[in-house]
Amino acid sequence: MEDTFLFVVLTLDAMLRVATPLILCAMAGLFSERSGIVDISLEGKMLVAAFTSATVAALTGSPWLALFAGVSMATMMSLIHGFACITHNGNQVVSGVAINIIASGLTAVLGNAWFHRGGQTPSLPSEARFMPIELPFAEAAGSIPIIGTIYKEMISGHNGLVYVAIAMVLITWWVIYRTRFGLRLRAVGENPQAVDTAGISVAWLRYRAVLICGLLTGIAGTYLAIAQNASFVRDMTAGQGYIALAALIFGKWKPWHALGACLMFGLLDAVAIRMQGVSVQLIGEMPVQLIQTMPYILTVVLLAGFIGKAIAPKAIGIPYVKER
Amino acid sequence: MMVKLNLTKRKFLSLAIAAPVAAMVAMNSSVANAATIKVAGIYTQPIQQKWDARLHLALDAAAKAGDIEYVFSEKVANTDYVRVLREYAESGVNLIVGEAFGISKEARQVAEDYPGVSFLMGDPFKPHGSNFSVFDNYIHEPCYLMGMIAGSMTKTDKIGMVGGYPIGEVNRLFHAFMAGARATNSKVEFKVNFIGSWYDPPKAKEAAFAQIETGVDILYAERAGVVDAAREKGILAFGNVNDMNKEENGTDVVVTSALWHMESAINNAIADVKAGTFKAEDYKEWTMMAKGGASLAPYYEFDSKISSDIKAKVAKTQADIMSGSFTVVINDEQPKSTY
Repeated sequence: MEDTFLFVVLTLDAMLRVATPLILCAMAGLFSERSGIVDISLEGKMLVAAFTSATVAALTGSPWLALFAGVSMATMMSLIHGFACITHNGNQVVSGVAINIIASGLTAVLGNAWFHRGGQTPSLPSEARFMPIELPFAEAAGSIPIIGTIYKEMISGHNGLVYVAIAMVLITWWVIYRTRFGLRLRAVGENPQAVDTAGISVAWLRYRAVLICGLLTGIAGTYLAIAQNASFVRDMTAGQGYIALAALIFGKWKPWHALGACLMFGLLDAVAIRMQGVSVQLIGEMPVQLIQTMPYILTVVLLAGFIGKAIAPKAIGIPYVKER
Repeated sequence: MMVKLNLTKRKFLSLAIAAPVAAMVAMNSSVANAATIKVAGIYTQPIQQKWDARLHLALDAAAKAGDIEYVFSEKVANTDYVRVLREYAESGVNLIVGEAFGISKEARQVAEDYPGVSFLMGDPFKPHGSNFSVFDNYIHEPCYLMGMIAGSMTKTDKIGMVGGYPIGEVNRLFHAFMAGARATNSKVEFKVNFIGSWYDPPKAKEAAFAQIETGVDILYAERAGVVDAAREKGILAFGNVNDMNKEENGTDVVVTSALWHMESAINNAIADVKAGTFKAEDYKEWTMMAKGGASLAPYYEFDSKISSDIKAKVAKTQADIMSGSFTVVINDEQPKSTY
């Protein structure tokens, strides 16, 4: 019983660790898409940020400078997306794909040219990374049954950026639903004409949305490269930007729902790792290959039957052109 | 009298191309006369990737020693590999070193079409025809030795192993490691995970974390990312293929590593080609300890932490392997967790 409880708590602990980049990216996508800008370049921006932060951390040894650099580069990419889609009314999907391709190619080429390690950056010492933070009283609380165990094993001892990600969900909810900016942001994604009629600049609102999107993907990429891992590796985002996008749709473009979807993906991953070689009642020991496909099978099953209809913001993907 | 130079554009172009080509042909023949041979390396990964790096380093060393003239292509996709293979064969190289995993049949076809060229390819199957030799890395012997040390150092009697895919090349290393650990510790148990990728450090790290949660205090790092988990959790790890005890992995983390050396195999192939005696052979033995194809890395800072009793045992077993009086069993079955 005790063991089972600890196993569950530790699995949930791993879930938080794995879900963090997904949560940050989903919130980033939420800002952008709620303003009416489709963003499939979450993946690319995260990759650029990961590469930049790992490079800066390797050169300067400062994780804070690395975070700043990573966020700056991701924001730059966001502005390129914005320039193409908002200023020049370009196709948002095409621009997003272009950014993803640029990110994947450029990081590998520059990494190879600068460090000569096949696109990998040098491995970082602990001082140049964000390391896990022990919350106060974690050791002492560990002796308290259940609550103490949960506090010590699951809540304490995470990377600082994990707490940032959770806080971001709360902040996103507050900004989107409780501020004037949030109201206008939602309106511009549904009916930009109305917003324009009220004398508010559609373009400026959308630019602000993509800037926030760049900021959040920047944090996600930095987490991947210098917090979760100790170096940048070619294509290290491995499709997480797309999974975050799926989580956003799962969550019907709402912060708390999206958080739930991200945690579900994280949990599936964490469980899949722990299921290997373990016998399940009735079924017996499952083959490794089946376990590894489980998150994807479940995704399809859940998408097909359980989440109901997801309705996108009405003006999403349509460039806004003032009536002439 | 003026000679009318009837030099059309097309003729001029063909001359411009023909001249350097003729020069190159001349150079080629002069090379063939000298003591060096031309060797091409074709790799599916960047040469910094550790598997291909072993081939590249060995060929590069031979080139620096003046034995061969070395050209290579890296990051050649499997779908493009046969074309590159043919192009090098066509260009008149004497020996081609590369990897035929996944394209075994097509690569053998190329070898049949170019009987004058010698092939030394990484491949899990048999040698083919008269000129297609195969190799694979058989570093299970140092893995056995590492297992012996690991068995003596674990306090919880639990060892974790994280690998890429459960294929023969990986499985045999795991089994050897387990056999070695059992030789020095009869109570030892194992946790085995495969991450379903050759390169996914975050996933390997997560798998290692999951194993540590179950009480594992020693990790065998077949894949990148595992050593990082060991360092963060303050436990020990053993390395694979290249020496992982490096500054960037932190001190007091990697005890030792099973090393793979391609030098002796490649030098043997070069010598055979030069002597005209190159045959289709299985180079398996050339990647094993007795012929210098595999070894155990130095202990560095762990030299004082491994008991002298175990060090003596390891040295003895190593000597027995070298002399052939002890054989580490090759078992390609998929290894399973024991608890």
